[in-house]
Amino acid sequence: MEHLAELILIAVGAAVITNFVLTYFVGICPFIGVSRRVDMAFGMGCAVTFVISIAALLSWTVTWFILRQGAPLTTWIVRSVTGDASARPDLTILSYIVYIFVIASSVQLVEMYVRKFHPPLYKSFGVYLPLITTNCAILFACLKILSYVTDPKELWGLDKALVLAIFGGVGFTMAIVIMAGIREELDHCDVPKSLRGAAITLIVAGILAMAFMGFAGVDASLHDAMLPAKAPAATQPAESQKTAEARAPGPLALRQTDRQR
Amino acid sequence: MAEDGPTPLERFLRGILPENPVYRQLLGMCPTLAVTNGMREAMTMAGAVTFVLLCANILISLIRHLLKPHLRILVFTLTIAAFVTIADRFLAAFLPEMSQKLGPYVPLIIVNCIIICRCEVCASKQSLPAAVGDAVGQSIGFALALASIATVREVLGSGSWFGLELLPESIWPRWGIMLLPPGAFLTLGLLLGGANRLSSWRSAKRAPQTSQG
Repeated sequence: MEHLAELILIAVGAAVITNFVLTYFVGICPFIGVSRRVDMAFGMGCAVTFVISIAALLSWTVTWFILRQGAPLTTWIVRSVTGDASARPDLTILSYIVYIFVIASSVQLVEMYVRKFHPPLYKSFGVYLPLITTNCAILFACLKILSYVTDPKELWGLDKALVLAIFGGVGFTMAIVIMAGIREELDHCDVPKSLRGAAITLIVAGILAMAFMGFAGVDASLHDAMLPAKAPAATQPAESQKTAEARAPGPLALRQTDRQR
Repeated sequence: MAEDGPTPLERFLRGILPENPVYRQLLGMCPTLAVTNGMREAMTMAGAVTFVLLCANILISLIRHLLKPHLRILVFTLTIAAFVTIADRFLAAFLPEMSQKLGPYVPLIIVNCIIICRCEVCASKQSLPAAVGDAVGQSIGFALALASIATVREVLGSGSWFGLELLPESIWPRWGIMLLPPGAFLTLGLLLGGANRLSSWRSAKRAPQTSQG
C-alpha cells in the first residue's frame, strides 16, 4: 500500500507537477516542431512515451546490473579475474555513452516496427522519428533514473523507474497535445507578423507553464492524504513528542496569564 | 570539396549572427531555456558547449573519410558523448557548485541539436580549418544568444548581472517569475519575435538597394 502510494506520487510528479516539457525544458524541439496538428502531436507523444519506456527499462537494467558501484555482474567479473574479494568497481562514468547507445537502438527498433505495421503513421512522422534519438526527454529520463538508482538512500527498483518514465512520457504527450490544440485555434488569430511561428509558440508555452505551476504543492497534500497510516507509524515517537511540546506551552501560558490576573 | 564551400572565415562569421544557432536555426532550445536564469550558469554552459562542439567537429572532420552513411549519426553521438563525459567530470572536479546547479543539463549536451547539426552539415563534409571556424563561430553565436536571454532574466528576476547587484530591491521589485520556467519561455519568445522583426526590417531595407544596384 505504501509502495503503491509512492508510485502514485512519482507518477503525478512526473506527469504534471514537474512536467518534462514545461518545467525541465526537455523535448522542446518536437514540442515546437510537431505541435501543428493535434493528431500528429498525439502520435509523436505516443512514440516518445513508448521509446521512453523501453529506454528506461533497458537503462535501468544496465545501470542496476553493470554500471552502478558494486553492481552484481561487474563485481563478480572483477573479483573472479583479480581475485580481490573487496573490489567494488564503478562504471558510472560510462553511463552517458551507454545510455545514448541504448536510446539509439530502441529508436531504431520502434522505427522498424512502425514502418512495418503502421505505414501511414510512419509517413506522417517523416523526419521526426529518427529525431527521437536526440530528444532530450528520453536521455533526461534515463539520467534521472541513474541519479535515483545510484543514490544510496533511494536505490530505485525497476517499478519506480518505469513509472517515472511512462508518466514522464504521458506528461510530454499531454503538453504537446494541449499545445497543438492551442496552435490550431491560433491559426485563426491575427498574430503580429514577426511573432508568427516559433515565437508565439514559446509565448503560449510560457503561459501554459504558468498554468502548470498551479500544480505545485499537489504532491505534498497527496502525500499527506495517501499516507495517513504511514505518518503515525513511522514518525509516531517524534510526532507525539512534538505535539506534547506544542501543547505544553499552551496550558503553561494560560496558567501564567491566570497567575498574572 | 572545401574549395566550393564557404571559407573558414565566412563560416566563422556566419555562425555569429546570420546563422545564429538559437535565433535563426532554433537549435539547442533545452539549455537555452533551462540554464539562463543567471549569467554565470549561462556562460558555464556556453563554455561546455564550445569545448564539446570544437572537439567533436575536429574529430569528425579528421575521420570524415571513414564514416559510413548509415552509421554516421551513431558515430556522431558516441563521439559527442565521450567529450561530454570529459566536460562533465571536469566541471564536477573544478566547479562543483556550478556542476550541481547545472545538474542534468551538462549530460544533455549530448543530445543538443546544435552539435549534431554542425557535425552533420559541416564537419563531416569539410576540411579541418573550415570545421574549426564553423565550430568557433557557432559557439560564439550560441554564447551570445544565451547571454542575451540570461541578461534579461537575471536583471529582471534578481536585479543583478553576473551576481553583481545592479538594481537594489527598493527601486526594482524582483520579478520572481522571470527566474521560473514561464519566464524563460516568455523571454525567449519575445526576443525571438524581436530578432525576426529586426531581420525582416534589415532585409526590407536591403531589398530596394539591391534592386537599384
